[in-house]
Formats: sequence, C-alpha cells, structure tokens
Amino acid sequence: MDGDFIELDRVEKVFEVRRKTGFLKRERRQVRAVDSISFTVPRGEMVGYIGPNGAGKSTTIKMLTGILTPSGGRLRVAGIDPSRERSRLAHRIGVVFGQRTTLWWDLPLIDSYRLVHRMYRIPDGRYRENLDRCVELLDLADLLDVPVRQLSLGQRMRGDIAAALLHDPEVLYLDEPTIGLDVISKAKVRGFLRDLNAERGTTVLLTTHDLQDIEQLCSRVMVIDHGRLMYDGPLAGLHEVGESERTLVVDLERELPPIEVPEARVVKVEGPRQWLAFPASGSAAPLVARIAAEYPLVDLSVREPDIEAVIAQMYADRATA
Amino acid sequence: MAEPGRVAEGLRAYRMIAVMWIRSTMAYRASFVMTTVANFAATALDFVAILLMFSRVDALGGYTLPEVAFLYGLSGTAFGLADLTIGSMERLGRRVRDGTLDTLLVRPAPVLAQLAADRFALRRLGRVTQGALVLGYALTSLDIAWTPLKLLLMPVMVVSGAAIFSAVFVAGAAFQFVAQDASEVQNAFTYGGTTLLQYPPTVFAKELVRGVTFVLPLAFVNWLPATYVLGRPYPLDLPVWTAFAPPLVAVGCCALAGAAWRTGLRSYRSTGS
Repeated sequence: MDGDFIELDRVEKVFEVRRKTGFLKRERRQVRAVDSISFTVPRGEMVGYIGPNGAGKSTTIKMLTGILTPSGGRLRVAGIDPSRERSRLAHRIGVVFGQRTTLWWDLPLIDSYRLVHRMYRIPDGRYRENLDRCVELLDLADLLDVPVRQLSLGQRMRGDIAAALLHDPEVLYLDEPTIGLDVISKAKVRGFLRDLNAERGTTVLLTTHDLQDIEQLCSRVMVIDHGRLMYDGPLAGLHEVGESERTLVVDLERELPPIEVPEARVVKVEGPRQWLAFPASGSAAPLVARIAAEYPLVDLSVREPDIEAVIAQMYADRATA
Repeated sequence: MAEPGRVAEGLRAYRMIAVMWIRSTMAYRASFVMTTVANFAATALDFVAILLMFSRVDALGGYTLPEVAFLYGLSGTAFGLADLTIGSMERLGRRVRDGTLDTLLVRPAPVLAQLAADRFALRRLGRVTQGALVLGYALTSLDIAWTPLKLLLMPVMVVSGAAIFSAVFVAGAAFQFVAQDASEVQNAFTYGGTTLLQYPPTVFAKELVRGVTFVLPLAFVNWLPATYVLGRPYPLDLPVWTAFAPPLVAVGCCALAGAAWRTGLRSYRSTGS
C-alpha cells in the first residue's frame, strides 16, 4: 500500500457537555474538541503533535485508535476506519498513554508481555526477537519479574513502550511519553524511539508538552489549539511563523548605557551584561561586527529562540486575531 | 446479536486473562487460602442468620428449614457462579472515571471479555462452595418425589440462574457508562437480588413478587422452578410450564443485557466521558 498511512479529512469531534446549573436543571453546551482537522502522515514519518492542555491532542489520538468515534469528516489509518474496525486496527497499531499504563497493574511485567503475546497472536519467533530487543534497549532485564505497580514512572513507561511494540505495529502513538520522567529516562526513551523509527520504519505520532521531545525526534510538527490545526511543517518553520527573535547576550568591559544599533533592541541590562533581541530570520554576524566595532566587548553568545515562547506567541496572535 | 466469531474471540481472551490471574494468585498460596476461607465465612453468615431465625420459628412463610435451604442453596450457587465469572464488571464505573477503559479499547479483544476477566478472583469460589454445601444439606434432608423432569431441572436451574445474574451484572455495568457512580445501584440488584431469593416468595408482598417475576425476572433463578420441584404453589397463579422457562428467560436477559452493553459502549465511544 502506497501513499499516506494516516489520513484525516476535515475530522471533527463535538462533545455535548451537560452542566448542572441548579437542582435538576442542566445546561447543555457543545464543545468542539477537534474542529475540522485535515492532515496526512506518510509511512515512516515521525510527527510531533503539540498544543496546550485541552487543545484536542488526546481526542485526536483517541479517534486515531478507534476509542472515540468522530462526529464528522473522514479518518483512515492503514486504510482502516478506526472506529468501525477497532479490533482489526489494534493489531497494526501500538499505543502508549503516558499517564496510564496499558500493562496489567498487579501482575509482573513479564506476565503482561505473555498476555500480549497470546492476545495479539504473535508468532513465537517474532515475540522472542522483539522482546529480547526491547529488554536490551530499554533496560528491562531486572524488571521483568516485578509487578507493574512497583515500577517507577520511568521504568513503567519503558515497560509500556515495549508492550506496545511486541506485535510489530506499523504505527506507534505516544500520548505524553516523557511526562514526569527524569532526564536519564527521557534520553533513554528518545534514543529508543529514534532507533525504532530509523531501523524499522515505524511511523510515530507523539503528543507532548516537552518541546525537547520534538526537537530531538521529529522532522515535522503539528500545532493544535482549540481543536484547530495552526501549524504543520518542519520545526524550524515555526520560528518564521511565530515571528520569533533570537537573543544576543553581550558582556561589556564596564557598565554602559543600553547599546544602540539599528538591527536590534536591548531588552535587558544587568551591570555590564546586556541582552539584545533581533529577528530570527536575520544573521547575527553583521550585528556582532557592529557592536564589536563600537563598544568595548568582552564576550558574547547567541541564544536560539525559545520554542515555547514562539508557540505562546502563536496562541496569543490567534486570540487577538 | 454478536456474531459467533466475536463470542469465540471473547471467550479466548477471557480464558487467557483469567488463567493469568489464577497463576498470579497461586504465587501466594497462603493468602489465596485465607481469602477464600474468608469469602466462604462471610457468605456463610447469611445462612447462620436463617438458622437463628429457625431456632425461634418452625416455618418461614410456610417453608421448613430444609426447603428454605433449598432456595438459599440454589440462589447462592447461581449467584456465586455469576459473581465468579463476571463479577469484575462492577469496576467499570471506576475505569470510565479514571480513563483506564481506554487501554482496553486499544487491544484486539472484546472489551466485555477483558473487563469480566480482569482481576479474576478464584477466591470467589468460597461463595459457590458455600451455596453448594447448603444445597447439598437441603437435598439430603428433603423428601422430594423425584421425577426425571425434576432431576433435569436441577442443573438447568443453576446454569440459567447464573446466566440471569450475569445479565444483571452486564446490564448494571452498561448503566455505569451513563452514571459512573451507579455501582451501588447495581449491587442492590445483584447482591440484593440474591438475598431476596434466599427466602420463600410467600414471605414477600405480592407486588414485590410480581416485580421480581415480570419486570426483573429474578424469580426464574430459583423461585419458580424450585417451587415446582418442592411441589409447592407459586404465590402468583402461573401455569406449570413457567417452571421450565428459566433457560428461555436467561437467553432473553442475556440478549437484552448484550444490547444494553453495546449501546453503553457506543455512547462512551462517542462522548468519551
């Protein structure tokens, strides 16, 4: 099968929210969690799906896995309509929910894997091979006999990722895979996902709050807010869209009044150190040359725009638009 | 109606998950024995209450102790079997609230089977054993004029009764899709229902007996067939064949419960509550 692996065409999800407004009185309100979203993901791509809380990320994942039925639009994963053929699709996808485990809570980790083995009817050879690989790369050897409830968050997350991959899914959905993990666990998870994508060509769609996940893993990012897709493209492109600025940090020999150069503006002064903001699209070289020529320069550094600030800016623009 | 393939798929998943839970319980044998005994003892207290009553009176609603024990044993065994196989369903409301139901929806097995087999607890055999023992006592003390039909009715009653209670469990779980805190309502019908059936129908008001016969047909678990076996009149003037209706009623209840379940699951999947 060629072409796009995941296809969404004007997909909508409308929830009816009932709110108690008094004794027996209820007010009905419609909430558009996902509002006419269209995108496609080709096989083997790694896509980040970001947005603030309640933006519609998880709702989208739930529709892609067949948990929720869309209220409108067309949705296909591997040519399957998820909500109508949930069980058939289940064999071809892997799902990891960051905040809740798909493992059997009270059973040792290995028991969950054995159940997955049989439930997905994984051939013995494939199961062994996949399990050994995950155990090695995700460092699970000492955890296999531990009941899931006794695992730390990072251990559990690694256990969950392994469980989602034993049946060789063609696409892996990760909903907040690094939430609450420490730096080492995050690095381990990211490294594993990168290898998985490179070696097996597994399509990966992940939602996250952590922009480092995106920076380190995804060639493509989608930004969603209020159920609408606001950006879809490479991470670098976000800077342009967000009209972001880079920062030049300058250490001078002594305290001086704010530097005056046409291409940049001073945003902060702290003793001999000054912060200058300039457009991310411009080059830092002429600016540095100019300052070095006119001021007693000791040291300097350039800071890339904070992607979170960029996105916050995007949201703010939309709110005022 | 669910197609046969789905049912087979469900039974397969159920068996796998249940076996896994049994294995994990058996890792702690002592704890298993203790909880089973505790389960047995807790349910046995019910019957002690009936024994205490009979230390004061000779008959309850015209029924002797062995006859009440007969009703008790049938109801207890049937309910125990349903509770053993499908009692975990009552956890649905919690799973909807904390969102863990979603994890069952992404697996390639029917949700009903996964939910029913979840935390499969063999210790619930304690309840079944207790019911069966009381039934055994009743059968040895009663002087029943056995006929082939009455003999046949015995296993039919237990199996149909278990099916009827299971249907109540499933319907109750389906209701929890709408009202997630409704497991208490469900308990009123399951645990409450079995307690009701442990007493002769003659001690209850006609209206209640009618409700339990025609609305929520729990009377078909034991009252109707058991009064036939005991050769006693049923308080409502019903034709004799109704004593043989339990299998039909069970099939009907399961069909309704299945429809309710599918409706509930569909509404969950479109609201994501």
